[in-house]
Amino acid sequence: MKRLSWFNVTSLTLGFAFLYIPMIILIVYSFNAGKLVTVWSGFSTKWYGTLFQNEAFMNAAWVTIKVAVISSTFATILGTMAAYVLVRGGRFMGRTLFSGMIYAPLVMPEVITGLSLLLLFIGLGLDRGVITIVLAHTTFSMCYVSVVVSSRLVSFDRSLEEAALDLGSSPWEAFRLVTLPIIAPAVISGWLLAFTLSLDDLVIASFTSGPSATTLPIKIFSAVRLGVSPEINALSTIMIAIVTVGVISASLVSKRNSLRAQKDAQAAERTAE
Amino acid sequence: MRRFTLIAVPYAWLLVLFLVPFLIVFKISLSDAAVAIPPYTPNLKDGLGALLAELDFENFAFIASDDLYWKAYLSSLRIALISTFCTLLVGYPIAYGMAKAPEEWRPTLMMLVILPFWTSFLIRVYAWMGILSTEGLLNQLLIGMGVISEPLKILNTNTAVYIGIVYTYLPFMILPIYAALERLDESLNEAAEDLGCSRTQAFWLVTIPLSKNGIIAGCFLVFIPALGEFVIPSLLGGSGTLMIGKVLWEEFFNNRDWPVASAVAVILLLILIIPIVLFQRNQQKQAEAEQ
Repeated sequence: MKRLSWFNVTSLTLGFAFLYIPMIILIVYSFNAGKLVTVWSGFSTKWYGTLFQNEAFMNAAWVTIKVAVISSTFATILGTMAAYVLVRGGRFMGRTLFSGMIYAPLVMPEVITGLSLLLLFIGLGLDRGVITIVLAHTTFSMCYVSVVVSSRLVSFDRSLEEAALDLGSSPWEAFRLVTLPIIAPAVISGWLLAFTLSLDDLVIASFTSGPSATTLPIKIFSAVRLGVSPEINALSTIMIAIVTVGVISASLVSKRNSLRAQKDAQAAERTAE
Repeated sequence: MRRFTLIAVPYAWLLVLFLVPFLIVFKISLSDAAVAIPPYTPNLKDGLGALLAELDFENFAFIASDDLYWKAYLSSLRIALISTFCTLLVGYPIAYGMAKAPEEWRPTLMMLVILPFWTSFLIRVYAWMGILSTEGLLNQLLIGMGVISEPLKILNTNTAVYIGIVYTYLPFMILPIYAALERLDESLNEAAEDLGCSRTQAFWLVTIPLSKNGIIAGCFLVFIPALGEFVIPSLLGGSGTLMIGKVLWEEFFNNRDWPVASAVAVILLLILIIPIVLFQRNQQKQAEAEQ
């Protein structure tokens, strides 16, 4: 085994310090007793208390979670369908347009997506609120889901599906019993990606939300524009903690699953012998 | 029949919620501003003839004649280019270090790169506000070390925007470069060294050209979104920071001039088409090379 050269050690250390120190500072100062976020004046958890009593923030958080759960579920269903069509659909009228519409939102600046959706909603006479944000978020996240799912669909063995069809199952049964379990990890990570994208989104939500529905990023943005505040630090710390726990546990689960799959494969080999 | 439904549902969704809205933007960019709400004259109802008769390029002429927009487009391009280059300078050594790290470390290092990407973008930008402000931690540190005597003004300048873009888009640069470097055959470098190259020469003549695709992909992945960026210039940049995403936002929310905002969006998209097409071509070439 090779040892890392001093150059690589330095670049990794500096690189990860750059990535993590700002967030660590943010977390540390959320426990600051003083109102100033740049001067340390003792440990306190009072900003978490005021945060939970701040009704506007709590309402916004609730709206955000609702929007994220609904839109990521829709996006996962639509995105998986779209991926299946792209990979397995064969030729059909307007296929190029379809794949273009899947990839374009990935590179479209958010300001343009937001503006165009808002103009559509106004043209249709839809009242802006939770529903319009859900529609907007579903649209851009389904494209991310379909990219994630189609990369998995491309790599898996098609003969498994064909075997199921040969053995008498309907196409839907073959999908549900064979394809879906195999692509499940990609579908789940697609859902998680859609969920975080929706949770994070400021620009598109600002265009498509109305006065009746404010999401957390909109709330944070308008608070942050006035300058740094310890309450926002506390809120950020909670969000960072949730994401960290989520990502680490997701990677542990996938590691365990792949270990189990290895064991299953070994067991199957032994039985075959 | 089932196949038809499978294709039709996502297709119809994207047509209605992606393509049609975009055509509306295009149409409104050619309409006149009106005082009523919605603040543009809706001329679809009077039939197609009336619609076509009313279209004009007034808004585009207005944008072309006003210095502000030119400057904003140019300065967005400049800011996006400079920050892409800085991201490459910061990201390449990290990706290189990861690719050279012992294999059992790599999944952890990979997770450490991806983790910030899952954390809220807004929060990551916000984190820099407390560091870069005049009373901020960076200035406190530099004054404490005796490097400077007067605090530097970094927040609300273009420098802060560069830092913000490099910081938030760094994972997009690291991951494709790492993917390219990880596949790199170590023996090629050894061969170069055996044939008389110094380590540095081998790096520039072998490693860099072979990771070219990763570098190109990473640069596009940073450059394209940075060009239309709104959050970073509005939180970290100052009144002098002109970026087109911010101009569009202000045109829309502050001036409520929807036709001009739409025209700004159309031009931004026209500018973006070039890098997007180049990026796609690069990806295709790479995919073909792998087959």
